[in-house]
Amino acid sequence: MELTKILISTIFVNNYVFARFLGICPFFGVSNKMDTAAGMGAAVTFVVTLSSIITYFIQHAILDTLGLQYLQTIVFILVIAALVQFVEVALKKISPTLYNSLGVYLPLITTNCVVLGVAILNIQEDYNLIQTIVNGLGASAGFVLALLLLSGIREELVIADVPESFKGFPIALVAAGLMAIAFSGFNGLV
Amino acid sequence: MNTILYPVLILGGLGAVFAILLSVASNVFAVEVDPLIDAIDNVLPGANCGACGYPGCAGYAKAVANGEASLTACSVGGEPVATKIGDILGTDAGDIEREVAVVLCQGDCETAKEKFIYDGIADCRSAASIQGGSKACSFGCLGCGTCVDACDFDAIEIVNGVAIIDKDKCVACGKCIPACPKDIIEFVPYDKEYIVKCMSTEAGKDVRQSCSVGCIGCQLCVKACPKDAITFDNFLAKIDYDKCINCSICAGKCPTKAIFPGMTKKEQMEMEKAKELEEEKIETE
Repeated sequence: MELTKILISTIFVNNYVFARFLGICPFFGVSNKMDTAAGMGAAVTFVVTLSSIITYFIQHAILDTLGLQYLQTIVFILVIAALVQFVEVALKKISPTLYNSLGVYLPLITTNCVVLGVAILNIQEDYNLIQTIVNGLGASAGFVLALLLLSGIREELVIADVPESFKGFPIALVAAGLMAIAFSGFNGLV
Repeated sequence: MNTILYPVLILGGLGAVFAILLSVASNVFAVEVDPLIDAIDNVLPGANCGACGYPGCAGYAKAVANGEASLTACSVGGEPVATKIGDILGTDAGDIEREVAVVLCQGDCETAKEKFIYDGIADCRSAASIQGGSKACSFGCLGCGTCVDACDFDAIEIVNGVAIIDKDKCVACGKCIPACPKDIIEFVPYDKEYIVKCMSTEAGKDVRQSCSVGCIGCQLCVKACPKDAITFDNFLAKIDYDKCINCSICAGKCPTKAIFPGMTKKEQMEMEKAKELEEEKIETE
């Protein structure tokens, strides 16, 4: 029950993009096309989930035992950077097309605050390992959901009659704002 | 002492562990990269602007190395970069023919008939979704300017309901080609003056009914061409640009002027002005 609550909470109520406003850079950067958005979502899911697990062990096994909690941010960033580098190397081999279409946004997952946000919040909320994994999965599912929704809207926006001054990013920002308002409707669900 | 030693050891240790794991991973997932691609990537400006039509400079470098892209496609680097790439590949940059995009339709507001008045969103993709567009000819330029929006180089302009590409501004990035819902933009060698500016594969009579500058499939140009460069298929003449010598005979023979010199806009305006002057002269006489 606790786990479902965490899952629903991170996907809808406390969606990292719409409620916590983290990860906005890739949210706008790769939401032009549905398929690249899905690829980005998969890469982020992998990094977020794995980094939650690794940071969980590092925090509890090393930082807490030695009383070095103040090193949290830099150590977590180190973990995330290494993981992203790994994803990049692996993706280049496995799917060059996806690697090309993600372009500069792939290494930028390093600075995607969703990744660091999830890792730090896991520790703050004092989650155990299972809860950490679920929270990581939920956070990435929420991110993917936001990314797919916005990319679907933006694909339609391309052919819509948008006033000249709103074309491109401005209308995407407006759409994202409206989506955030809509998501606030989930408040009180959990 | 420990307050300094531990953080250093932990950070250093973690860094070392990740470094080892990553180097193992990069060996496992090693991709053989053509050294040419790296060499080309190094001479590119690194602006990653995408003007060449490839995702970033690395993407372009790969395409050039594979012979898929033109040496001169990098508009940021311009000629110096093109020559450097030429040196790396061992070909002269001048060897590669410059291509430009051309809209293969001349049916403007006067020459092409309309089926109905389109009053919707000013976007060709939206216009094309209603009965294939408002033009009586289903191969015609809709003139809503979707290609104009797609062009990053201000090379396209809608003149009298038809898109015209300024061939001197065109860098052949190809962004307008997928943008056109009618698929009537094509690459043509820069130095070829005579282009069949019509895509209609309808029979001559139908073409005449909907447009006065369409290719009616009379085959006069096919017979007239001294180099046998023009082929005829599906009621449409097609020029083989490898054989074309810019002799202008086909343009002279074409009764509807569907074969028309691929002029720059300035030249076209000058010619139109001259034509108007001539008409005025006739009128006054």
